[in-house]
Amino acid sequence: MTIMPTPAAAEAAPRRPAGARRPRWWSAIALVAAALVFLVPIYLFVSTAFKTNADINSWPLRLIPRSLTLDNFVNAWTLAPFDQFLVNSVVVAAIGTLLKVVLAISTAYAFAFLPFPGKRWLFIFMLGALMVPGHVTLLVNYITIGRLNLVNTYAGLILPGVASAFGTFLLYQFFRSIPRQVLEAAQLDGAGHLRTIVSFIVPMSRPAIITVGLIALIDEWNGFVWPLIATNSINMRTLPIGLLYLKENDGINDWGALMAGTLFVVLPMAVVFLLAQRYIVAGLAGGVVRR
Amino acid sequence: MSSGASDLGARSALSVGARRPVDPGGRAAELRLAATRRRRRGYLLFAAFALPNLALIAVFSYWPIIENIYLSFTTWDFISPQADLVGLLNYQALFSSSAFPEVLWRTLVWVVVVVVVTLVLGLALALLFAQRVRGTTAVQTLAFSPHVLSGAAIATIWLLIFDPHHGLSRLVFEAFGTSSPAWTTDGSWALWALIIVSIWKGLGFVAIVYLVGIQQIPAEVLEAARIDGAGRWTAFRRVVFPLLSPTTFFLVITQTISAFQAFDVIAMMTGGGPAGETTTLSWFIYDAAFSRTDVGTSSAASMIMFVVLMAITVLQFRFVERRVHY
Repeated sequence: MTIMPTPAAAEAAPRRPAGARRPRWWSAIALVAAALVFLVPIYLFVSTAFKTNADINSWPLRLIPRSLTLDNFVNAWTLAPFDQFLVNSVVVAAIGTLLKVVLAISTAYAFAFLPFPGKRWLFIFMLGALMVPGHVTLLVNYITIGRLNLVNTYAGLILPGVASAFGTFLLYQFFRSIPRQVLEAAQLDGAGHLRTIVSFIVPMSRPAIITVGLIALIDEWNGFVWPLIATNSINMRTLPIGLLYLKENDGINDWGALMAGTLFVVLPMAVVFLLAQRYIVAGLAGGVVRR
Repeated sequence: MSSGASDLGARSALSVGARRPVDPGGRAAELRLAATRRRRRGYLLFAAFALPNLALIAVFSYWPIIENIYLSFTTWDFISPQADLVGLLNYQALFSSSAFPEVLWRTLVWVVVVVVVTLVLGLALALLFAQRVRGTTAVQTLAFSPHVLSGAAIATIWLLIFDPHHGLSRLVFEAFGTSSPAWTTDGSWALWALIIVSIWKGLGFVAIVYLVGIQQIPAEVLEAARIDGAGRWTAFRRVVFPLLSPTTFFLVITQTISAFQAFDVIAMMTGGGPAGETTTLSWFIYDAAFSRTDVGTSSAASMIMFVVLMAITVLQFRFVERRVHY
């Protein structure tokens, strides 16, 4: 992402051209209002996860809890097997992300550096997949994993999402910017293709790979409709689907448990986002700007 | 795949150590042979590296469209040994029913409202961020965060807000002297509840994309507008907004495609109810197949979605092509 002078920065420059205005006081107020729009729901959700039932059910709304408790987490666990959901989510997200990144790297490398008859058409074939709407493929993919006897298995959860045209494309763009001499030097040193990838390509394209990996991780962790379809046994459900049990089991009388479960779903990605937001936003901005 | 690839790789395309010593007379032929062999190795490697990915794409992205077309001309319940061909009956039934045109209408309302409101508010937010008031970065992060969080989780958070007994909604409505509607169980409010949540989820993303666009507008252009005496509003209308039109177009397309497929928020908050009042096309496709086990109806509805989204995507590609020639 190139940093360009923003119009606002130009405006704030020490020498103001005639007619330029300094940022107005209402900008600050609007910013606070915008912050509240996002902060209030998040605050109410997190605080409810730690509120006692007495506080949750009392009216007027208790913005500041009288006391904090972890009971809601215990309740969430007794209403649904959240430990199992967590294991499933971690397995699916970890393996799914890893496979997706490895496949994207190897495919991008092949397209960037290896010969093949009709490679151009294969590339178009791959990019064409970006046009296929995910929701439209659900039914047949369910039938397919049914034929393969993969319903209620990790393989069935992971496989359909592993191929990545977008990630491959992003890495392909990046790989092509690597000078060919680097590869030639690597091969002169006797490195095979795998060595070249592991010791040269991957380290050189770390930002792009991290971006692809993070986007894959977020997609896998938050996946909803496919895990809902591809599993029906409660022991194979992932965390986001687990929330459905908290809701259905109790007709939402237990807000504390529902918010505790929600916190469990949200927290890992919130941490990932806060630690790595520049990669996530850069990937997104890169995708947009290139268009 | 990997071990074989590495063996081949040690002597392939760019490697020089692998050539056997040759007598001067047969050198040219030998070189040609080596070149062919290298190319063949390259092919093999390409296959090993790229085919798993391409095969998965074929099976899980392209094949579904083909089988879906077929299934949309059949009736099937997942269990019967085979699907029965019924021709166009599924499509006929969909359009002669009273429910399905309503589903399409509702989907249209959903998509238009979500996309328009998200873009307008997102642009406003981006312009606000561009002012670089102190604390902007923190608010940017905050606004963007819903984009990376599970839609299901965001839905439960908003269930809490909308709760007419203990939620923020009651507080707000009581401030205006009325009681809160039962958002998710009242047919006239439920769709709007879901739309609000979708807008809230997408707003930060749109704002950041717009902000990137705004930051790419050269300062001189704005300077020139100012020198010409343009006020803020005129500069925005005549300069900033037109220069953002590629961004706007990109966002309209991508947001429309994702609004069409919105699912987790509906599943978590209303399950398509009450009385079908929040059944959009995406929920209808799911519900027909997995609750009513009516594969034919579901796949016919899928085809309708496919055609609509395809048309939108083609529009995007034609636009991109046009821009390339600029």
